[in-house]
Amino acid sequence: MNPATSWDETSARAIIDAERSKAIDFLGPDGETATSLLPILHALQEYFGYVDRAAIPLIADALNISKAEVHGVVTFYHDYRDAPHGTHVLKICRAESCQAMGVQRIVDHLRNRHAVKPGTTTPDRRLTIEDVYCLGNCALSPAALFDDEPMGRIDEATIDDLIASAGART
Amino acid sequence: MSVVKIFVPCDSAAVSVGADRVARAIAAEAVSRKIDVTVVRNGSRGMYWLEPLVEVETAFGRIAFGPVKPGDVASLFDAGFLTGGAHRLALGKTEEIDWLQRQQRLTFARIGVIDPVSIEDYRQLGGFAGLSRALTMAQTAIIEEVIASGLRGRGGAGFPTGIKWKTVQSVVAAQKYIVCNADEGDSGTFADRMVMEGDPFMLIEGMTIAGLAVGATKGFVYIRSEYPHAVATMRKAIERARAAGFLGPNTGKPFGLGGATFDLEVRVGAGAYICGEETSLLESLEGKRGQVRAKPPLPALKGLFGKPTVINNVLSLAAVPWVLAHGGKAYADYGMGRSRGTKPLQLAGNVKRSGLFETAFGMTLRQLVMEIGGGTASGRPLRAVQVGGPLGAYFPESLLDTPLDYEAMAAAKGMLGHGGVVVFDDTVDMAAQARFAFEFCAIESCGKCTPCRIGSTRGVETIDKIRLGFERDKNRALVEDLCTTMTDGSLCALGGLTPYPVMSALTHFPEDFNRSAPTRVAAE
Repeated sequence: MNPATSWDETSARAIIDAERSKAIDFLGPDGETATSLLPILHALQEYFGYVDRAAIPLIADALNISKAEVHGVVTFYHDYRDAPHGTHVLKICRAESCQAMGVQRIVDHLRNRHAVKPGTTTPDRRLTIEDVYCLGNCALSPAALFDDEPMGRIDEATIDDLIASAGART
Repeated sequence: MSVVKIFVPCDSAAVSVGADRVARAIAAEAVSRKIDVTVVRNGSRGMYWLEPLVEVETAFGRIAFGPVKPGDVASLFDAGFLTGGAHRLALGKTEEIDWLQRQQRLTFARIGVIDPVSIEDYRQLGGFAGLSRALTMAQTAIIEEVIASGLRGRGGAGFPTGIKWKTVQSVVAAQKYIVCNADEGDSGTFADRMVMEGDPFMLIEGMTIAGLAVGATKGFVYIRSEYPHAVATMRKAIERARAAGFLGPNTGKPFGLGGATFDLEVRVGAGAYICGEETSLLESLEGKRGQVRAKPPLPALKGLFGKPTVINNVLSLAAVPWVLAHGGKAYADYGMGRSRGTKPLQLAGNVKRSGLFETAFGMTLRQLVMEIGGGTASGRPLRAVQVGGPLGAYFPESLLDTPLDYEAMAAAKGMLGHGGVVVFDDTVDMAAQARFAFEFCAIESCGKCTPCRIGSTRGVETIDKIRLGFERDKNRALVEDLCTTMTDGSLCALGGLTPYPVMSALTHFPEDFNRSAPTRVAAE
């Protein structure tokens, strides 16, 4: 996935300003509110691989809101991470349609065969496994997302292949 | 000989089972055989059990082959599939496949047929006809047309779309907004995704018509982050529409008509299910935690940035171009009772033939699951069908004759919601499903109101006690009481509807809650 760039304040400020300007260009006066906060956090995470705590005061300053408000948003949304994840990310859908097609068996296989469970990263940091609730691929359940590649009708063998292709030692 | 067109879907679900690899294999095979072909990446026809579904344009129409694996490509060429030659994967003419023939595709008419980001393809099949008509109409006349269509909110709540628009139109304000709710978080649903990936201009057109009707000049499509492909396709389509003049300072120009301004942007969610609730979504667009707002004031009066705002689901807005092009009455001619028009149903889970099925309201659940879907994929007996996403009720076999319309579903203590239908076979543990409903609510609760925030966690604990056999009757009564409190006291549908899956599981499948032997009090 995206190689995390190490934190630097200058790049962070440039990202924040760029997203804020985009919102103002599109919205005019309403763009000067905190409306660009989610786009800013997405852009920072895209660039650095996570949202560094050091970004919070910079954002608060740029958007003229409190650090607490920024922190509140960062922690409210499941997507934002406070540390980089593994080189690759496998998101496994755990919602009803995938339950009906046996996703639990796949999660059990991950745990029993590879000793990894959702919400963790392999010790070599090659692969992070996450739970997700619905990828909109319910007609081809069980579904997963490997980095940005959608996967349908996955089974135990798919998992073994993915772990191998991620080069993860489990 | 003219260049043969081969269609291989770019829809992300088709890609999830290898459509990209098949497209590459076809292109490579054609090169090595020195055959001139054009590979068009279309949307999906919605017959997902047949994906990757490859179509070839022949003199007799489009011929389908599927499901195609990269390894099948050479044999398809050998069999002469470019001229419709016989092959074990041949399905005949696409439009004559039973699954498609039985549908009434209004919203999905072009999806799977065209290249999603080709404005030319879109216009050739009736695209922008609704907008060009709307550009010549008064605001009130557009709204009257939508009211006449009987279109109700396809996101799940079923509020009449035209009435919502009328409220926004009647307010005087310097700035109004159109917001499209594309935070399709309900499991078992994927129709919004298919629209955005398969016919994005239809959504752009619907939003532009909404803008004209109420006097809004700007809009947002709020798409969940779990849909990276839909985000990319929408952004590309918006760029192209802008470049061609369909969005921007003069949307009438491509039609040689007078000026109207409308532009829109994509915003990406951040993994919060609650942002599918309209007021949470607005908070999120404003850069805040996605917490539900108390209503009133309605978003129609005080919505995004406190300005009058139309907020509609993807499918509601996507239905509008058809309504304007063919008239509200033509749309209302489909359907039953107070549910007019068509509903894109999404059939998923443990079912043989899964996918998107658009039909007039009124088909029964049994027809959909058994006749259309062909029963369970596992071949085991069907046990439960959940309709309407994670907040929808579980129906037992005995209730499968319930018609799929808003009122009939409500009468059966369920809801049609966004039209997701998830099938379970007899291996399902309904007590586990009830527990999951509470657990999901606990994970996704925005935390603003107590019944949802606390009730969901207490619900998980109480279901666990019942499953363990600890004071079973007392705890059952407690769950029922908790559900009543959540239904009556929650601010929004998350806490308010979580009781649906819980209570339907308890009511229709009581035996699943009594599996273990009763535990003595001391064991607690």
